[in-house]
Amino acid sequence: METAKKRMLTGNKAMAEAISQEMEKDPNVFVLGEDIGKYGGIFGSTQGLIEKFGPERVLDTPISETAFIGAAIGAAAEGMRPVAELMFVDFFGVCMDQIYNHMAKIPYMSGGNVKLPMVLMTSVGGGYRDAAQHSQTLYATFAHMPGMKVVAPSNPYDLKGMMVSAIRDDNPVVFMFHKSLQGLGWMKQLDVAVDHVPEESYTVPLDKAKVVREGKDVTIVGIQMMTHYAVEAAERLAKEGIEAEVIDLRSLAPIDKDTIIESVKKTHRLLVVDEDYLSYGMTAEVSAIVAEEAFFEMEAPISRLAIPDVPIPYSGVLEDFVIPGPNNIYEQVKKMMDEA
Amino acid sequence: MTKFGEKQPAVSLEKLEWMYEQMVKIRYYEDQMAEAYMEGKTPVFNIGAGTVPGEMHLATGQEPAAVGICVHLTKEDTVTAPHRPHHHAIAKGVDLKKMTAEIFGKETGLGKGKGGHMHLFDPEVKFSCGGIVGAGIPHAVGAAMTSKMKGKDSVAVAFIGEGAANAGAFHESLNLAAVWNLPLIVVVEDNSYGISVPKKASTSVESNDLRASAYGIAGAYVKDNDPIAMYKASEEAVARARNGQGPTIIEIETYRYLGHFQGDPELYRDETEVPGLRQLDPITKLRKMLSESESVSEADLETMEKRAKQEVDEAYQFARDSSYPDPESALKDVFSS
Repeated sequence: METAKKRMLTGNKAMAEAISQEMEKDPNVFVLGEDIGKYGGIFGSTQGLIEKFGPERVLDTPISETAFIGAAIGAAAEGMRPVAELMFVDFFGVCMDQIYNHMAKIPYMSGGNVKLPMVLMTSVGGGYRDAAQHSQTLYATFAHMPGMKVVAPSNPYDLKGMMVSAIRDDNPVVFMFHKSLQGLGWMKQLDVAVDHVPEESYTVPLDKAKVVREGKDVTIVGIQMMTHYAVEAAERLAKEGIEAEVIDLRSLAPIDKDTIIESVKKTHRLLVVDEDYLSYGMTAEVSAIVAEEAFFEMEAPISRLAIPDVPIPYSGVLEDFVIPGPNNIYEQVKKMMDEA
Repeated sequence: MTKFGEKQPAVSLEKLEWMYEQMVKIRYYEDQMAEAYMEGKTPVFNIGAGTVPGEMHLATGQEPAAVGICVHLTKEDTVTAPHRPHHHAIAKGVDLKKMTAEIFGKETGLGKGKGGHMHLFDPEVKFSCGGIVGAGIPHAVGAAMTSKMKGKDSVAVAFIGEGAANAGAFHESLNLAAVWNLPLIVVVEDNSYGISVPKKASTSVESNDLRASAYGIAGAYVKDNDPIAMYKASEEAVARARNGQGPTIIEIETYRYLGHFQGDPELYRDETEVPGLRQLDPITKLRKMLSESESVSEADLETMEKRAKQEVDEAYQFARDSSYPDPESALKDVFSS
């Protein structure tokens, strides 16, 4: 038991281990995408796979997202279980027809006669000065449209367990992994990007949020980096006697309403924090759920923090200004508590 | 002027008869659909009204493209088709009753009324189609890839119109299929128009088989809407694919007798064009050729025609007799559990 607890993995290795174990178990699982072979994925999500399974099941593709994501759809329709990587979610513009008009709709248009058991994994997030075309999360862009499960795990344990679930799911799953949480040597080192990950295979559900910190005064709903920032802010608030409950949303579609409602019924206050654009986004969705289903439980107006409807800027001072951080969350909660 | 039928072809009588019967079936199916489509759309045409609402793209005249290659395919081979899919579906052996019911929006349809005429899926015979130009080619690449990964000899055929050969999906897919040496055949049906825009105004080459050289793969051109020439070009392409010799582009010069969709005013073409094309009708020519053969009697031809039409009539009756889906079933099938 002691030794098992010491088995620590980075986010990328947890993901790669999940894929590897599923590939061992099921010959229909294969991986395709750009630089996912010898390079191991630009963000390390396929590290070691080609060495283990060879180029027949780990396929480096040309820069042809329409062709290879479409090919994954065609292969899934034939009973395979492809895991396709879109290198940056920002690149969705060159292949959204395949993702949305086909991957997300074929099961429905066929009346359930065609299943597409595939995973589209993609890197998201900013904070490392990569500017407007390589720093978005676009959580809501995908979660808005029916037909895809959309998940965004925030730690290595969930990255592994949710990837296993995603590969075994008979529906298309968009699996968003945050670049900063991969634990890569060439990015800022974060403690939360390394975690205890059991070696044996396990699953984490694709439709359950998780309370990562309990509290009675205010609920903070976050996702990926925003969850970690919320925990940081909560620890600072605790020193001032404010106990924040932090929920890691984990899954955007389907969204776990129950966990959110249960929490606000206890705390009567809600702050939603997102690394996506503010308008029409996840913060609006969570706020609407609470307004519809727990309005009379609330003791203060619902509050939101997100990218203020501007593209992600390059210069560090500008980027840090638009992406919510622990300090913004702390200040916002203080304001909410003072107003109440 | 086309010459086909004037010489004895090296195609077995059995295959010729199969192609003839399928072409008759397709033609009759589309004629019946044109009629059903107008039910409830007169005196005022409203695209969303009637027995068969929505857009309707019929393939009348384009039968040779479908039968000339599907004659070489089995249930294990995959076909993806575009927005004008009925001839491909029929030639591939899609369940005609369920297909017609789907087009009528009925619960017994292939997609329980959720797909319609541009979105027909019959996994039993590995057929699918879609309404986005060029988008079916990558799906065929995926099927071809699966065949190769599983060590099978099945092939994938993507039917597209000549307009789709200018879409990015065409280039990406053919390059990928060539790099991976996949058993893929892209059949380009050149009916001269991308809706209203003539091919010469949209396409930089005379015919899209010439583009094969850009991918280092084989190309073939079939002129005069000739089902026998299509048969031969396809026979070679399918054999190449089955033998691991990679993809082929086949372009066939075909004719669209009707508008892009039903209700198209067709102001972009001279009104003498279609009557001229109908003079070259491939079904009439193949019938003449078969009737000149000593082995086929007039009675044989009539039997085939009757059988084809009966199957179509039964399919339409099935569609008419079927119920509409429960409105709340619209909420089902987004995800499978």
